[in-house]
Amino acid sequence: MNPWVTFKVALRALLRNKTRSGLTMLGIVIGVSAVIAMVAIGEGAKVKVAQAFDAMGTNLLIVMSGSSQGGGMRGGAGSMPTLTWGDLASIRTEVSSVKYAAPVCQTAASIQSDEQNWTTSIVGTSLDYFAIRNWPIDKGTLFSQADADAGAKVLVMGTTVAEKLYGAGVDPVGRTVRVRGSPFLIVGLLTTKGQSPMGQDYDDAIVMPVTTFRAKIQGGLAQYIPGVVFVGATSARTTSRAQRDMEDLLRDRHHLQEGIENDFSIRNLSELAGASQQGTQVMTTLLAAVAAVSLLVGGIGIMNILLVSVTERTREIGVRMAIGAKPRNILAQFLVEALTLAVMGGLIGIGLGILVAERLAASFQWPLLIRGDIIVLAVGFSAAIGIGFGLYPAWKASRLDPIEALRYE
Amino acid sequence: MATGEQPAEPTVLLRLEGVKKVYSLGDGMEVHALRGVSLTIRAGEFVAVMGASGSGKSTLMNLLGCLDRPTAGAYFLEGRDVSRLSRNELAEVRNGTMGFVFQSFNLLSRTSAKENVELPLLYAGASTKVRRERALESLGRVGLADRANHHPNQLSGGQQQRVAIARALVNRPRILLADEPTGNLDSRTSVEIMALFQDLGRSGITVVVVTHEPDIAAYATRVVVMRDGRVVDDHEQVPLTAVPPPAIVEDDAVAGGAP
Repeated sequence: MNPWVTFKVALRALLRNKTRSGLTMLGIVIGVSAVIAMVAIGEGAKVKVAQAFDAMGTNLLIVMSGSSQGGGMRGGAGSMPTLTWGDLASIRTEVSSVKYAAPVCQTAASIQSDEQNWTTSIVGTSLDYFAIRNWPIDKGTLFSQADADAGAKVLVMGTTVAEKLYGAGVDPVGRTVRVRGSPFLIVGLLTTKGQSPMGQDYDDAIVMPVTTFRAKIQGGLAQYIPGVVFVGATSARTTSRAQRDMEDLLRDRHHLQEGIENDFSIRNLSELAGASQQGTQVMTTLLAAVAAVSLLVGGIGIMNILLVSVTERTREIGVRMAIGAKPRNILAQFLVEALTLAVMGGLIGIGLGILVAERLAASFQWPLLIRGDIIVLAVGFSAAIGIGFGLYPAWKASRLDPIEALRYE
Repeated sequence: MATGEQPAEPTVLLRLEGVKKVYSLGDGMEVHALRGVSLTIRAGEFVAVMGASGSGKSTLMNLLGCLDRPTAGAYFLEGRDVSRLSRNELAEVRNGTMGFVFQSFNLLSRTSAKENVELPLLYAGASTKVRRERALESLGRVGLADRANHHPNQLSGGQQQRVAIARALVNRPRILLADEPTGNLDSRTSVEIMALFQDLGRSGITVVVVTHEPDIAAYATRVVVMRDGRVVDDHEQVPLTAVPPPAIVEDDAVAGGAP
């Protein structure tokens, strides 16, 4: 008896009991769709977190000044400026694993347009900053190197600030705002970047050349950088090396002897991102595991129904054997019935799972991520469940004695 | 006895030699269902096996049908000893040589007459085309060609039994084994089934019917009587000719023609 005929026989047997077959399948449907939806949710969350970290900057390292120390009292990182402009230039040019390095000086100030005022974060930096943070301009242009060298009173604006000052959808490029009393020309509007993983609004900021910042907003000591240094490594793989190389460079430049603590600190944001990713991964695995349990329960449902079915159809099995079915034909029939239930349930489950994932992705505004390998896995798993849980009832059916089976009432 | 005539009859279909069947009930108890049965049946015979319940006639039937194996003795079917075959080999013998008819019809419910009749061919590995042709041919032989797509619950008892006979015939068996085939039928339908069996006998198919009704046994060419696991009587007889009652013929005519 070829497999196709066996399949048709099994299908016919299943169709004779549509309600029961449907309900049995439901267990697998729910299990498979749960696995697919849960994994999609997990993947979506993972991507969302990754996007948030990407928004902070690509392969980002932050170098901060050391802490002040007076009378046994130690200040926090950056409380005493130790990083010099020379350090920045060295990092940028001498460390091979570093692609970009930009000073980031930051303060809060009130800015005024003709009608409105808004207190926001003001960033003084160099052109590298936009590359590190992966933050392109939407309208207008970035300030030029010439602007930066000359300390020109120009700035680029985040979308939140533009909206607060001019209202939504208004192009602020070419207008003038006053910052700390000085008029500044808005040369560009940045693209919308969204929120940091901690919920801070990246777009609520204006960015100007660090020279201008130091001249007009906040002075500080001539030699030292009154802020931090953002560093972009050449690739994700080189961030750790860049961290080590910069540490060696700065210790050398600051003449720190063996055994003396660093007077600066370096934070590796990709490590932080990795840890956070791992958190979501654990979550995904947990959700999928719970869903897998429901798949298992569905499998037991199949076994249960098949056992009832074997008992109920004892006479049918007897007749089939009497007219020439071999034990293995009976075994195959019941196995294929189980397999058909499981695989059909699996396929319906995939459809339902994708649908649920789509709805969830839409409502959480996550990207929809259906993993092909998970679909293959889910179908494979439900097929395995069909065979695994169908084997015992099928074996039981095939071992029936035709005489006993025919006599069964 | 019948065995004396064996040399004169070249077409011996099956032969039992000193067949015993013992069922063990556990804790040392044994039931001797057959206590040494020797029997020869030739092609085209219509044999009625009679006996009270517990006489061993059902056990004999199961052995003849290759549903079971004897504890001792030999069973030659078309010259081949089938008493020591495996389950799979027995299934093949049943599929190729036997046709079974049961008291309770044993058709698959919610399955059309045609599909029920096709079932043995399915296990014989026949193609879809052959299955359909042979099933329709077989249904035609029992006069139910126009009921091919009816389900058992849409057929009368007699029609259901005829579908079962069509199923038994579809593999073109040498032997038709019927266990109380008329037990669930009224007397008129019973005669109709017997007429069909006599017709099959004339076409060369050996028919063995287990029955406890002398009325039914009267249609057979030979009667074997069992008691306590032994054959106590075995004689040939002039069979009563089963004349299909006119009403049935008219029914068929009506079904095929005018409303």
